[in-house]
Amino acid sequence: MKDKSTFEEDLKKLQKIVEELSSGKITLGESLKKYEEGVKLAQSCSQVLAEAQRKVELLMKKDGKFSLEKFDDSDPVEK
Amino acid sequence: MLSLWLKRKMQKLSKHIYTISEITQVIKGLIENNVGEVWLQGEISNFKAAASGHFYFSLKDQNSLIMAAMFANANKGLRFKPEDGLEVICFGKVDVYGPRGQYQIIVERIEPKGLGAQQLAFEQLKKKLAAEGLFEASHKKSLPPMPFSAGIVTSSKGAAVRDILQILKKGSPCVDVILRDVRVQGDQAAGEIAQAIEDLNNFGNLDLIIVSRGGGSTEDLWSFNEEKVARAIYNSKLPVISAVGHQINITLADLVADVFVETPSAAAKIIVDKKNALLAELVDFKHQLNFSLNAAIGELKNRLTGLTHMLKSPLDRLLEKQQQVDELLTGLNYNLGHFLELAGERSNSLIQRLGALSPLAILSRGYSLTMLLPAESIVKDIDQLKPGDKLKTVLHQGFLISAVEEVFNHEG
Repeated sequence: MKDKSTFEEDLKKLQKIVEELSSGKITLGESLKKYEEGVKLAQSCSQVLAEAQRKVELLMKKDGKFSLEKFDDSDPVEK
Repeated sequence: MLSLWLKRKMQKLSKHIYTISEITQVIKGLIENNVGEVWLQGEISNFKAAASGHFYFSLKDQNSLIMAAMFANANKGLRFKPEDGLEVICFGKVDVYGPRGQYQIIVERIEPKGLGAQQLAFEQLKKKLAAEGLFEASHKKSLPPMPFSAGIVTSSKGAAVRDILQILKKGSPCVDVILRDVRVQGDQAAGEIAQAIEDLNNFGNLDLIIVSRGGGSTEDLWSFNEEKVARAIYNSKLPVISAVGHQINITLADLVADVFVETPSAAAKIIVDKKNALLAELVDFKHQLNFSLNAAIGELKNRLTGLTHMLKSPLDRLLEKQQQVDELLTGLNYNLGHFLELAGERSNSLIQRLGALSPLAILSRGYSLTMLLPAESIVKDIDQLKPGDKLKTVLHQGFLISAVEEVFNHEG
């Protein structure tokens, strides 16, 4: 969950880096640093998207209070 | 006195004197028995909805008019709002309203003529909500770049939830789902759906809400046309995707929603597509990074080459100068040689001329040269000599050493 909350931030950072790098206005040393950072960000973002751990829950409400119950989403057996 | 007289007189003339209420009752009976329940078509005018919930209006055609009342219990389930000018077909009982001496129809059912009641209700509500700005594009929220958690409002037992979950599981397994189970048809459905939208907003941690139901008849989907649902979607802080299965009609939920699609699966596909688009974008970003870095390096290389050129050119100039020097040197050598040759020739002729003047040449003619030893000083005067001095005498082809025996002076 944590990496998901930073996903958008990372994505924005990555976009900025891509722009900076393509502007060609920074030194080679900086470029290398940004490149490394950008590749890392792209990797981690891709990883978050490829993650296969998801939760499916049922939101219940009792006396104004929320609670979550597991919801079975396994494919129904074909007839 | 007089009244008593009159009363008697009247009793003689007719058998019965009615009270107003009595005669009203008679008329009422006549009408109820002879007219009773009827179907009636006419145009509504003077429509008023009283605070009590009763409707009062009149129905008219070109020539006539009849007062009408529709009581709260009869109009409660009414799906459209009767309004002036609307042509309707009513079913009701013609009755007399005693206090006003008025006959009227007590309407039990009312249907708009032409359009179905439901359709009319839809059109009316749509018009109202449009006027309020509920469908404004400016109010529509955009979906987040990547929704990682989706709230779904639908029946947990329906096909819609199964479709959505299956597609998400396959195509976008990074997305969490919070399901709020509601009825999706029947009288309670609209209230539950509206409440669920509010609940999911309050629950937090969600990126968007999908309001969904599988396909069905217009009647089945009616809850999604209700004002409560439309308003709940409008008031949602989270973006709402309306995914009510239908082919023909757009529901009000669709019109208010930020995004609407025609099937539950399509709603799930939006999320999957977003994920895939993002993945593609990430790959593209990586390419761009590589490209930019290569470009940066390439540019530096070019600059380096340029600089190297600039460094090389003085060297080139040096070589050029060297070549020039070499050429000059070659020329110089030639000139010098030539000069030396000339000089040699001249010196030879001089030497020849010099030879003619040389004392040695005189010696060859028989003269000799005498030098006093050991100094080898040339003896020019006899006074330089005394007996015993050693002399060197140079002749044409040699010399001789001799000693002085005697010295004679020409005068002596």
